[in-house]
Amino acid sequence: MKAAVIVFPGSNCDRDVQVALGRSMGRAPLMVWHRDSALPEDLDLVVIPGGFSYGDYLRAGAMAAHSPVMRDVVEKARRGLAVLAICNGFQIATEAGLLPGVLMRNASLRFVCKDVHLRVEQSQTPFTARYEQGQVIRIPIGHAEGNYFTDPDTLRRLEDRGQIAFRYCTPTGETNAEANPNGSLANIAGIFNETRTVLGLMPHPERLADPLLGGNDGRAMFDSLVEALS
Amino acid sequence: MSATANARPADLMGLSEAEYDRAVEIMGRAPNQVELGIFSVMWSEHCSYKSSKKWLKRLPTSAPWVICGPGENAGVIDIGDGQAAIFKMESHNHPSFIEPYQGAATGVGGILRDVFTMGARPIANLNALRFGDPAHPKTRHLLAGVVAGIGGYGNCVGVPTVGGECTFHPSYNGNILVNAMTVGLARTDRIFYSAAAGIGNPVVYVGSKTGRDGIHGATMASAEFDERSEEKRPTVQVGDPFTEKLLIEACLELMATDCIVAIQDMGAAGLTSSSFEMASKGGVGIELWLERVPMRETGMTPYEIMLSESQERMLMILRPGREAEARAIFEKWELDFAVIGQVTGTGRMRLSMHGETVGDLPVAPLASAAPEYDRPWTPTPKPAPLPMPDAAGRLDEALLKLLACPDLCSRRWIWEQYDHMVMADTVLRPGGDAALVRVHGSRKGLAVTTDCTPRYCHADPEEGGAQAVAETWRNITAVGATPLAITDCMNFGNPERPEIMGQFAGCIEGMRRACLALDYPVVSGNVSLYNETSGQAVHPTPSIGGVGLIEDVGLARGISPRAAGEMLILIGRTGGHLGQSLYLREVLGREDGPPPPVDLAAEKRNGDFVRAQILSGRLSACHDLSDGGLLVALAEMCLASGLGARATLPPGLPRHAAAFGEDQARYLLSADPRAAGEVLNAARAAGVPALAIGEVGGNDLTLGEDCTISVAALAAAHQGWLPAFMDGRRRKE
Repeated sequence: MKAAVIVFPGSNCDRDVQVALGRSMGRAPLMVWHRDSALPEDLDLVVIPGGFSYGDYLRAGAMAAHSPVMRDVVEKARRGLAVLAICNGFQIATEAGLLPGVLMRNASLRFVCKDVHLRVEQSQTPFTARYEQGQVIRIPIGHAEGNYFTDPDTLRRLEDRGQIAFRYCTPTGETNAEANPNGSLANIAGIFNETRTVLGLMPHPERLADPLLGGNDGRAMFDSLVEALS
Repeated sequence: MSATANARPADLMGLSEAEYDRAVEIMGRAPNQVELGIFSVMWSEHCSYKSSKKWLKRLPTSAPWVICGPGENAGVIDIGDGQAAIFKMESHNHPSFIEPYQGAATGVGGILRDVFTMGARPIANLNALRFGDPAHPKTRHLLAGVVAGIGGYGNCVGVPTVGGECTFHPSYNGNILVNAMTVGLARTDRIFYSAAAGIGNPVVYVGSKTGRDGIHGATMASAEFDERSEEKRPTVQVGDPFTEKLLIEACLELMATDCIVAIQDMGAAGLTSSSFEMASKGGVGIELWLERVPMRETGMTPYEIMLSESQERMLMILRPGREAEARAIFEKWELDFAVIGQVTGTGRMRLSMHGETVGDLPVAPLASAAPEYDRPWTPTPKPAPLPMPDAAGRLDEALLKLLACPDLCSRRWIWEQYDHMVMADTVLRPGGDAALVRVHGSRKGLAVTTDCTPRYCHADPEEGGAQAVAETWRNITAVGATPLAITDCMNFGNPERPEIMGQFAGCIEGMRRACLALDYPVVSGNVSLYNETSGQAVHPTPSIGGVGLIEDVGLARGISPRAAGEMLILIGRTGGHLGQSLYLREVLGREDGPPPPVDLAAEKRNGDFVRAQILSGRLSACHDLSDGGLLVALAEMCLASGLGARATLPPGLPRHAAAFGEDQARYLLSADPRAAGEVLNAARAAGVPALAIGEVGGNDLTLGEDCTISVAALAAAHQGWLPAFMDGRRRKE
């Protein structure tokens, strides 16, 4: 598998995801600077990492979405290139039109960093094949703008077409308000595009993909990608 | 420029008359406004340490593993394998009281720059916060703003905020304390210092543009507050963490080359202090062409340019001919880069603007021969001994009250607003004894903590100073790491008052004693004086930041027992000391008596024993005993694991004293019964007091008839107070 991580000014999870993905791949993925006008040839996967691209100025993700490299990301994604967009990456992906909906300020109006439980809603994808359908996993969030919102028609379409990837849930898998850390519509933590080749999610799988850090549930996502795209 | 010492200007910009006369003597003439401004900030308490220098010299600062002690931007210690930990703690008290969000945010930004200036990638942030009475009308606003500011800056730059402390006391009503600490990681052969060198080498300015913000911030931070302090808001700087993140990456990229001769961040007193310090340390002169400084606004005067405290700026001396290479890196990161001067052999700082000389001062007398005072001081009277007070109510009621009190309740509301997981190396998160961050790419880890118990320091500065150092040492030990060195942030009132200087001298003496006994030197620090408002000084607060090393993070332990059936072992002697305890204050409503004495030999013996037990793999959990004593520590272990416990108190003491006494040098361990037997045997052999006090299990914490509480009830008490307070649902009566 050939993979690349995009680096924007203000990205701060680029190294973390490089390490976590590299552990599953057996070698480090490429790092691509935002000003490059084209992605490297023959890529199987692009990661848009977390952080504060452009300091979240204007609106989280809004400026990065117009970076030179994003034009090529969007075009290649339309032709089937797999894209994993984490946290600020998810915000950039919605701003770039790769995924529907928006990420609003958390209902608490505060940044929140903590482990959350997620229910795997789709295990038949390149991102989630190593998880069981309905499995509850634990990985951290760290964001101030992760409150997913979209219009009722789009939500219905996402539900009907199986585009909801993960929902915030209790440790036993119930998706109630108590388990929702940011006010997201329908407890949505992550969504796919229609072809399930683009995944955007607020939680950080790269932050708990190492047992020494107290959890390894993120690892399966990277293993799934390596298995599906190699 | 013809005025004499007899005709002093009306505004001496914070200098005393004697200091002004000294400035005239050094100059051989009256300084002009730009020059006077420079004298004012360079000789401010904040930049010159003029009241504290005499005492700071008493602190031990060396050990075989110390690479660089106090005097540079931050302290440097060797952590093996060609790697160094670089760290420092610094105050941002006055700005944070005036404008809590920006004050705290720029405090974080400043301490980060102190660390990456030396070539280190910052890997952990901590903060020690002191607020006024929760019932004070400003407390909630200040706490919300400070926490948001620390998070807003640290989260954006992508450095995890992994620990710290937050307590409340009315002595901070008019003067909160915001102390920020950064720990960074560097290669020992890539450490950068600030001494300018090489006549003719270019002086380069990088980072943000210079604006009119923060002019005379250092002078403001060196004066007392009064009811008009809020008018000083324009002296508070505004931070831009996005630019800081770019500056970190650009500087580290440049530092991987050999372009840099010297580098210094522009902190307090901006371009003035950075250029003076670089020239002074290098024994050279510097010439600056001020019109070349990147400016945010038009029409800035030389005075404003030199004294601006605009954030996210650095000054560097480059090797000749390397400007283009360096410029390319900064342009890639979209940061300003300007050659603004050169190193000279004149020993003078010469400032010009469009060819006209606007200032010309001798460097050495100004930067090094700053005033140094031996201020009068009176020792703090020793508090009267405290006869054993009677208990009030049941043990379990007192425990619930303590767990829910502002100084002991869960700080989750705070640290969940800090990204403590970014960089994916956080092994032990906030909420335990020390936090533990892995050294990236290895199995090594740095244990980090900040501690101080101001009520102890107030009652007995010497014991309090020793206790603050010992508590960091104990917290680092409690996770299995070896404590290596500390940074200190000394927050006190007006040094011109002998009783305040007495507190300072006492705390230093206690710290010195503890550092020597524990082989635990001071490698960096900061002094913040004049922390008082309308004559009311804060409690003496020497915040200590400790750093320790563990060779394998897989061996580290947190405070959470693993399984029911484990045995609980109390290490250390329990004497039932209730003087200055939280039980005394929160349950009995008294703040008197002496603080617990610190027996440094016992600290060392017990701590070395506990660390060896952790590294042997016998323990599942370890917790240091501090505020609230044994029963609070036990309750915290129950809360961390969700498991109950059944225990008995050490014999021979009134139950409330055994449960809540704050005797030092103690730990509570949890181990499976077989390993626990080995621990008890080893303790006997080592002469360490150890007592099996109970067993982990069930849903309740039980200590005999007057104490049975479900873990759920403990959690409700512990978790409830801070969120409710911050939502305005409850005020402390």
